[in-house]
Amino acid sequence: MTRISSPDQLEEIRQAILDQRDPNAPCVTVCAGTGCLASGASRVIAAFKEEIERRKLKVEVGFRGTGCHGFCEKGPIVVIEPDETCYLQVTPEDVPEIISETIENKRVIDRLLYVDPNSGEKVVRESDIPFYKNQKRIVFSSNRKIDPKSIEDYLAIGGYRALTKALFEMTPEQVIGEVKEAKLRGRGGAGFPAGVKWESARRAAGEPKYVVVNCDEGDPGAYMDRSLMEGNPFSVLEGLTIGAYAIGSHEGYVYVRQEYPLAVENLGVAITKAEEHGLLGRDILGSGFDFTVKVHRGAGAFVCGEETALLMSLEGKAGQPRPRPPYPVESGLWGKPTNINNVETWANVPLIISKGADAFTSIGTEGSKGTKIFSLVGKIANTGLVEVPMGISLRDVIYKIGGGIPGGKRFKAVQTGGPSGGCIPEQRLDLAVDFDELTKAGSMMGSGGMIVMDEETCMVDVARYFTRFLTDESCGKCLPCREGLRQMHRILTDITEGRGKEGDIALLQELAETAQEASLCALGKTAPNPFLSTFRYFSDEYEAHIRERRCPAFACKGLISFYIDPDACRACKICLRECPAGAIDGDKRKIHVVDQAKCTKCGVCFEVCPSRFNAVRRISGEPVPPPIPEEQRMISRKSAGQ
Amino acid sequence: MSGLRVRIDGREVTAAAGMTILETARAAGISIPTLCHHDKLEPYGGCRLCIVEAETNGRTRLVASCVARAEDGLAVTTRSAKIDRIRKTLLELLLAHAPHSPQLQALAAEYGADSRRFAQEASFCVHCGLCVRYCAEVKKTHAVGFIDRGIRKEICFLPEIAAVECNACKECFPLCPTSYLQAAFVLVEALAFRPNPSPTASAG
Repeated sequence: MTRISSPDQLEEIRQAILDQRDPNAPCVTVCAGTGCLASGASRVIAAFKEEIERRKLKVEVGFRGTGCHGFCEKGPIVVIEPDETCYLQVTPEDVPEIISETIENKRVIDRLLYVDPNSGEKVVRESDIPFYKNQKRIVFSSNRKIDPKSIEDYLAIGGYRALTKALFEMTPEQVIGEVKEAKLRGRGGAGFPAGVKWESARRAAGEPKYVVVNCDEGDPGAYMDRSLMEGNPFSVLEGLTIGAYAIGSHEGYVYVRQEYPLAVENLGVAITKAEEHGLLGRDILGSGFDFTVKVHRGAGAFVCGEETALLMSLEGKAGQPRPRPPYPVESGLWGKPTNINNVETWANVPLIISKGADAFTSIGTEGSKGTKIFSLVGKIANTGLVEVPMGISLRDVIYKIGGGIPGGKRFKAVQTGGPSGGCIPEQRLDLAVDFDELTKAGSMMGSGGMIVMDEETCMVDVARYFTRFLTDESCGKCLPCREGLRQMHRILTDITEGRGKEGDIALLQELAETAQEASLCALGKTAPNPFLSTFRYFSDEYEAHIRERRCPAFACKGLISFYIDPDACRACKICLRECPAGAIDGDKRKIHVVDQAKCTKCGVCFEVCPSRFNAVRRISGEPVPPPIPEEQRMISRKSAGQ
Repeated sequence: MSGLRVRIDGREVTAAAGMTILETARAAGISIPTLCHHDKLEPYGGCRLCIVEAETNGRTRLVASCVARAEDGLAVTTRSAKIDRIRKTLLELLLAHAPHSPQLQALAAEYGADSRRFAQEASFCVHCGLCVRYCAEVKKTHAVGFIDRGIRKEICFLPEIAAVECNACKECFPLCPTSYLQAAFVLVEALAFRPNPSPTASAG
């Protein structure tokens, strides 16, 4: 491949790629994101390749393994272009039929379509599925159209037009002006205006200057950045290159988690191809601008997502935050001005440059423009990645896109902003999702995690879980975070295990204030949020645990018991057989009894007891009734047969 | 440049550019408690005992005075109800590790900290990092370092270096506020220093 040395040559190559492609020819695309791969997409991909090869089809059929489509709940996802026929949960066995029916005979296979659980209607086109229909996909939309390893695919969808425009039609100041005007705020958590940061980096004294992509996404349950980096690495690189040009940097780093092997691989391929095509390296597109990118693989410390800890790690030191100021834009990597932005922030840049700030600001709220990608997980029907306009209500995200809570359970709270975010209760569901509103509600945008919880989630236990995570991930440098979290976790554990006492809440609040006010970095300053937000909205649950030794959600094993109601038990032996601890005594026609000493509180008996009996009860906060006297346990044949 | 005008607890003092708030205060004879600070070492900002309220442009923040730079027009408060409350909690967290440290006991008396507020921890290291940083920054020896992360973080002598360097130096010993360092040294000396091959060790 020859290096592209001018914008005209880029357009010629783009045209040549498009000329070779028939937009009306059938093309099978299979999601090859990590979610779908985990549900077996690689076998589906192999089956398609083999089948297409074996059949020697009369029609030309394209095939493409794409980036993540987002609807991970229903993977592996197959979409047949150009009709956008979407098949879900496809297995290798379905492949011959898809080829013969849909490709050759243009017939839709009903059983592989999405079925709307409410109306029972089947949906053919991917974009008509309610999960997608209610989203606004501008950053994430290209994922499904391209093979992330193919620069031709990226060029075919208009890739590198934004870079060309920046390099040849705009001064660096104009690029910064456009990003400022777009009011793009950092997608990594803090929501700092990207254009303002770029301007500070450009003005900062010192050479060389560095630009860094933060792809150290470590929140449990979050994978937005991962899917972008895996599915469309060229867009991140294009954004980064534009930023480098604007700031006056010639050297960039991508800090990516080692635990994201596919992201590391696809990014590596993208860098190599961009270099081969003259889109990275010396004299990019003949503009005279030089820019190289190196990949640094992180070793998996959550704190390295904090920018100063990330820089320490990049320098080869232990990943511990350092005090700000000085901010990295003044003194960052090796003491030089360094501009760090998150993956999603960089991926927004080409859109802003090519379509203009006005198009970008037409989406969103006053303070937060554009879209945001969330990973919607937990007790939700449609698990997956969603991209929504800023300002959408939480209710719409959870019910219209997420399809609500499965199993007929009640919604309780949604945790946003990652482990150090907060839990938002039902009465705040109409809140407009943006940086400021989430902060006002005691949570935060964070990088975009959204964990949905139902009535069976104990909010004290949730606080304990996330505090545990943050205690584990604290770097240990500053006292309020290291020791404060250790103590907070200990108190929360005591409460969930039935050892809570008066004064615990006051002590937690004191430790929370100390960590918030006195910690060195954002990890410690936000670490009390899981406690503070759950206490703010669910203080009754804390009180029930401490004062009544009761877990209202029946989730804390130390506070619950399982008891078989002797009047309801029909001695069917199902729970007796299923109990893994052998804690249930009984026999045919002999009423079953739980041996409380042996019971491990796993809840299997409660789940398996037939609903027509409903004999297993969960008890919390009150004593377990004494077992029924031995002589009364036999059920007469007549009543047993009822 | 003639210096920065800083107000500390209502007193007008002057700082040279680049000075921290702590240095400025101490130069003016105003005391701020510290634990992890040492004049010969780079500011660390670990123990946070030196937090003060710093007000610029009408906005008050809590900052660690050992790392925060003095700025012109800055107004600093070194004691307030909030500062004292946080220092007290910090001291109680430290006392859970080292209730018998004279340095911590003196501060505890001043701030009313209760050494039994939190359950006693097994390790009496307070992670001030003085030994680690002194060995690295002043002695450039790196005989002692931190291992692991967060609540599992510990100081650890590197036997290969410590066996050669430490006996003649031990300059870090008096820096340790809790004597944990000495204990760690004795332990590594007993377990890992092998100046002479031990006949009993090879006999087994």
